[in-house]
Parts: sequence; C-alpha cells; structure tokens
Amino acid sequence: MSQRIDIQKTYKLFIGGKFPRTESGRYIKWMDKKESMVVNICRGSRKDFRNAMVSARGAVSGWSTRTAYNRAQILYRIGEMLEGRREQFMAELILQGLTIKQAKNEIDQSIDRLIYYAGWADKFQQVFSRVNPVSLPYFNFTIPESTGVVAAIAPDDSSLLGLVSIIAPVIAGGNSIVILASESFPLCSISFAEVLQTSDVPGGVVNILTGYRKELLEHFSSHMDVNAIIYCGDNTDDQKLVETNAALNVKHVILFPNQDWSKDQHESPYHILKCQETKTTWHPIGV
Amino acid sequence: MTQKIKWDYSPAPEGTDHILLKDKYDLFINGEFIPGKDGKYFDTINPATEKKIAKVAEAGKTDVDKAVRSARKAYENTWSKMPAKERGKYIFRIARLLQERAREFSVIETLDGGKPIRESRDVDIPLAAAHFFYHAGWADKLEYAFPGRSAKSLGVVGQIIPWNFPLLMAAWKIAPALATGNTVVLKPAETTPLTAMKLAEIIQEADLPPGVVNIVTGAGETGKQLVNHGDINKIAFTGSTDVGKYIMKSVAGSGKKYTLELGGKAANIIFEDAAIDQAVEGIVNSIFFNQGHVCCAGSRLYVQEGVADEVILKLRKRMDSLIVGDPLDKNTDIGAINSKMQLDKIKEYVKLGTDEGGTIFQPSCSLPKKGYWFAPTIFTDVSQSNRIVQEEIFGPVLAIQTFRTVDEVINKANNSPYGLSSGVWTDKGSKIFKVTQDIRAGVIWANTFNKFDPASPFGGYKESGVGSEGGIEGLSGYVNLV
Repeated sequence: MSQRIDIQKTYKLFIGGKFPRTESGRYIKWMDKKESMVVNICRGSRKDFRNAMVSARGAVSGWSTRTAYNRAQILYRIGEMLEGRREQFMAELILQGLTIKQAKNEIDQSIDRLIYYAGWADKFQQVFSRVNPVSLPYFNFTIPESTGVVAAIAPDDSSLLGLVSIIAPVIAGGNSIVILASESFPLCSISFAEVLQTSDVPGGVVNILTGYRKELLEHFSSHMDVNAIIYCGDNTDDQKLVETNAALNVKHVILFPNQDWSKDQHESPYHILKCQETKTTWHPIGV
Repeated sequence: MTQKIKWDYSPAPEGTDHILLKDKYDLFINGEFIPGKDGKYFDTINPATEKKIAKVAEAGKTDVDKAVRSARKAYENTWSKMPAKERGKYIFRIARLLQERAREFSVIETLDGGKPIRESRDVDIPLAAAHFFYHAGWADKLEYAFPGRSAKSLGVVGQIIPWNFPLLMAAWKIAPALATGNTVVLKPAETTPLTAMKLAEIIQEADLPPGVVNIVTGAGETGKQLVNHGDINKIAFTGSTDVGKYIMKSVAGSGKKYTLELGGKAANIIFEDAAIDQAVEGIVNSIFFNQGHVCCAGSRLYVQEGVADEVILKLRKRMDSLIVGDPLDKNTDIGAINSKMQLDKIKEYVKLGTDEGGTIFQPSCSLPKKGYWFAPTIFTDVSQSNRIVQEEIFGPVLAIQTFRTVDEVINKANNSPYGLSSGVWTDKGSKIFKVTQDIRAGVIWANTFNKFDPASPFGGYKESGVGSEGGIEGLSGYVNLV
C-alpha cells in the first residue's frame, strides 16, 4: 500500500468573518528553523487592509450594542474553542520554534487570558462608570464607551499569547479590530482566526492580516477611519511614524514595547480602558 | 386708542472702580514677576471698545526655558516631596482667595475678553473657583480614584489655553495638575492674558512654593516653544483641531503625553415631543452663550419636521429680544466678539453661508460703533455638505436643518469629524437614552445645554480630542498608573 500524502493547510487572511487570499496575489515564503516545512503566507496589501477596515467599521455598531453579557459569553466561547484545538496549536507553536513546555504555557495562558477578559466584558463599565455630584440640579453620569475601530500591529515575538493579549481587551470593550499578525511567526495567528470563526464572534469584529510591517504600518496608522492604533515593538522610527500619522485624524495611540506577555500586568481592566471614550450625560432634575 | 409702550431696559453697568489693574504685566516665573529677556510686550485690548487695557510681556525661547527649569526644580525639590495632604491645602487656599475676589475677576474677565458680565459673574469665575476646590480634595485621595493601581505624577506639564474662557480654562488645567503632584507652565491666550496674571497674584498670595505654577504670556510662537521644550512631560491643550494635530506631530516620538480638547460642531436635536419653549431657550443658550465662542456650542440645529416652523418662529422672536452690547451691562445677553481676527472669520463664514444658498436671519439690533460685534445669526435652507454645517465657526451663527426619523438624525449628527458634545430635547425618556447612546460625542446634554461642573468629565470623541478633563477621568490624564 502506498504512503498517504498529507493535506497541507493554505494560510489565508481573515476579513469580515471569511478567509480570502490577499487580493494582491503576493506571498511570503515562511519556513521553520529546520526547514522541514515551507508555507506560503499571504503578503497582505493596502487594499486588504482597507477591505478589513470596511468590515471592521460595519461590525462595530452591532458589536458595541450587544449586551455586555453576550460579549462576555462570546469571549468565553473563544477560550473554549482554543482549549479544544490545543493539539493544532501545540504543533504550530513547536514548528515556530517553541519547546513543548513553552508551547503548552503559551496555550494555557492564552486561554486563561480570554477567560479573564470574558469576565471583565460585563463588569468594567460598572467599575469605571460614575454618577457625578454636580453643583446644579442635574443628574449627571459618566460611562466608558468603545472608541470604534482599532488598528493594531501585534507583538512579533509572541504569536499567540501576544495576539490574544491585544485582541481580548479591545473586543471585550465593544470595539472591532484589524490586526497585523506577527511577521516572524504568522502561522498560529491565522489559525487563531479559525478559532474566532467558530466562536460566534460576528464577522468583521476581528480581522487578521499577515504581511510586512514595514509595508503596512504606514497604512494602518494613516487610515482616516481608524479610531485607535496599537503598536507593539521597540522600533523608535516606527513608533514615531505611528504617532505622527495618528495626528491626521486624532487617533488614540497605544504603544507596547517588547515585553513578556505572560506577566500578570497584562491582565487588567485598565487595558480595556485604553480603547474607551468617556461619555458624560446631563439631564435636569425637576417637574 | 392704545399707545405703544417701549419696554427698554435701563442701563445697569457693573462698576469698575474696585478692580486693580496694572499698566504692565510681566511673566510669572519661579514665584516672581519678571520681564521677558527680549523686553518685548504686546497690548491686550478691550474688544468692546478697542481700547488698550495693559501691555503684557511676550515670552521667548529663553523665558519659556527658564519657566520650565523653575517648574522642574520645584517638582524635584518641593512639590513631589510634599505630603499630598499639604499639597491639597495649597489648592484649597487658591480656591478660597479666588472666591473672595470673584467680583474683581469677573469684571476683568469681561473687560479683557468681551463676554457679558452676567456670564463671567455667574459661570466663569465661580466655576474656576469650584475647579480648584474640587481638585484640592483629590490630592490625598488618589488611591480611591484608580482602584488596583497607584497614581504617580508625571513631572512638568505644559498647558496652553484658549481665549473663550480664560480663567476657567486656567483653573481647569492647573487644578488637576497640581492635585496630582505635577508642576505647571501655563500659556494663556494672547488676547485674554489678564485674569491668568491676576491668578498669578493669588498664587503668590497663597504662598504656593515658587516654580510650582509658572505663567508665560505670548502668542503661537510662545506656545510652540513650550510644546517643543525637551523637559516637558506632558502637554495639555485646549484650542483648535489644527493646532491639536500640530501638537500631536510635534511630540511624536518624544515620549511626551498629551491631552487635547479640540474643536466641535455639536448637533442640537429637537424632537416633536419636546417642551418647545424650553427647547427654544436651550437653542439660544447652546449657540449664543459666550457669543458662540464655545467649542461645545450647539452650532448644528436639527429640528423634527412637525415642529420646525414653530421652533424657528419662536427662535426668531426670542432672538429679537436678545440684548447685544456693553458686556459690562448686567442686562446684556451677547457681548463683544473676542478679537478683530475672530470677527473677520465669522463674517467670512456668514458670507459663505449666504453664497452657498442659505437663508439668513438676524434680529434688527443696533450694534455699538466701536469694538467688535456680531448680531446673533441663524441659517435655514442649508444642507449637510455646506461648509457652515461642517466647519467650526466659533461665533453666534447657527445652521438649522430638519429631519423626520430618529435614525436619520443620528446619522446626520454623527456625520462630522468632530464629536465633542450634543444636545437632545424630548419628553420621552427612552428616546433620550436611545439618542444619547448612539451619538458619538463625549458630553451629551439632554433637555439642557452648555452645563459644566468640575466633577463632570469633559472631552471629545474623534477629532474633538484625546482624553477628558474634570472628574476622575480628568485626573487620569495627569498621572501614570503603576
């Protein structure tokens, strides 16, 4: 009997809940250290990004007005789905160079992080809202409200946990996101899209692109419909570019230098607040 | 036969004999008033009379540097080391001194900026004092503001404020910065520097350690020096979106933090089921308050079709009774336009509105001959794409459109690069919550407009800014959370 030939996966983009190839038709050859496997990763383009932005903008009003309880359950569901696909992610993380122990930790913590933010989705408004004692006969209250569409450059060195640590607080807060996956280790970022797609996350809430940072950073940071931009990395020229382009339409800028994403500090409701606006409402008290 | 009776108001001018003003104001650096290095001065005039009130020092690069150095020294040696409780007591002192001299400050604010004395007396000055009082109490209670984190001061904060609420903006900026343990270099607007310099006197009287607050007067160039100074940890700016964007670009890559309160083009929405008379009063307050020199002014009015004729008729009638004139008169509703430059800008927009096909209405009020004046103005027959609907005019000019459905008006209201404030008028509670939820703006007034309070955060979405001021959210812009 002849040996069975494996079916290899085609790594595509994740836009609007679907898996299209890059419109540009370009690819990046990725191989593991042992060169045991070669994968063609989509080299996402400006147009892919703009398509993703249309999906993200379209999704944000539905997502932000879902009940917080529902958003919490969907985040929890992402955690459930990731748990169920451990083996797939183990294999990919090991292929990307982690040891078995490291890969296991990365998956454990990614799942835990999703569960952590699932728990915040229906609480952070409560913790960070207030009734303000104004000196006039008015009822006055302040609530955090999602800023809208977030564009993000994911951490390069932590392809799953880093990615999850950026996405989870953003969507827990009712935003949608377009995120550029790790350039060095893109495999499990795109596989994570498969998890999202089977987790009742509405199409367009999370969009994941692969490609070159250098090429896409300019477009991520200058797009006029982005409300907040997250940049992970130490390159000071990149940081300056992001901050300069943010001025075009007064985007919020959130910078994360390279760091250990397994640290406790990455679990905090203050990360959710980074992509929140503050809305204050006044109403007279009287008859 | 009935005789027509004229119901004119008798003049009711506020006295100016009790105020103390010098002919010349120097920079306030390290607790002292000192002239600028170049010895340059500029005049500040009364926009209601075009008469010079005083000359004011223009701070150059060396002066700004001196101010920043003194703020740094005060931060390192004194202010950051002082127990928070003591810091708070200094700020309380400032609040009290300001309250005691409120009348004097009101008159000077009106002289220098042109706003009606009724507003400086009832809004600007009391609110400025309230800002100091409110924030003073936070100084030693910050651990309750940020659960789970500890708040650390930033260092030296550069603050640049506009001319529409001169003292109030100074208080709004200085009070939270001091309460959170930072030191300050403040640049007031060049057309309205006087109350900030009077505040410097109060700061001296309060015995605040030298260098904790420094005030450098000047125009855009002085502001630029402050923004680009290498030893500033944060810039807090209130003003135009263009300058806000310039600041963002300037500080890019520098690690400086910033909060920006920028422009606005607020939608004020009147539904058919609103209390119409109250709504009309609300429209007047939303756009003619402070001559419309308000970033959160309700400059786009949306009236539901069924009541549009009635609302506009009543609004015109109400406009006929507005008193435009001497800002020092207690009966005055609309004072002087702040500067010649601003008046020219308003005139240009009004011409543009007419050119674009809008129908203009202005009441037949007589304007004083001297000074800068503009009659309250409304435009009908305009559409979303008109520039007077899109762009911030910063004057008493209202663009009126109509709508049919809730979804339509929410779309129109949100169809703006700005998102600072909004108003909604209806007697139906559920509709209020629907609209206030869907409008993308930081401050929403339901059945009211243009209300402010130190405990109430104020800040914009989209191109209206970054960060909030006031309340707990306002404190967060002045601290690092660790």
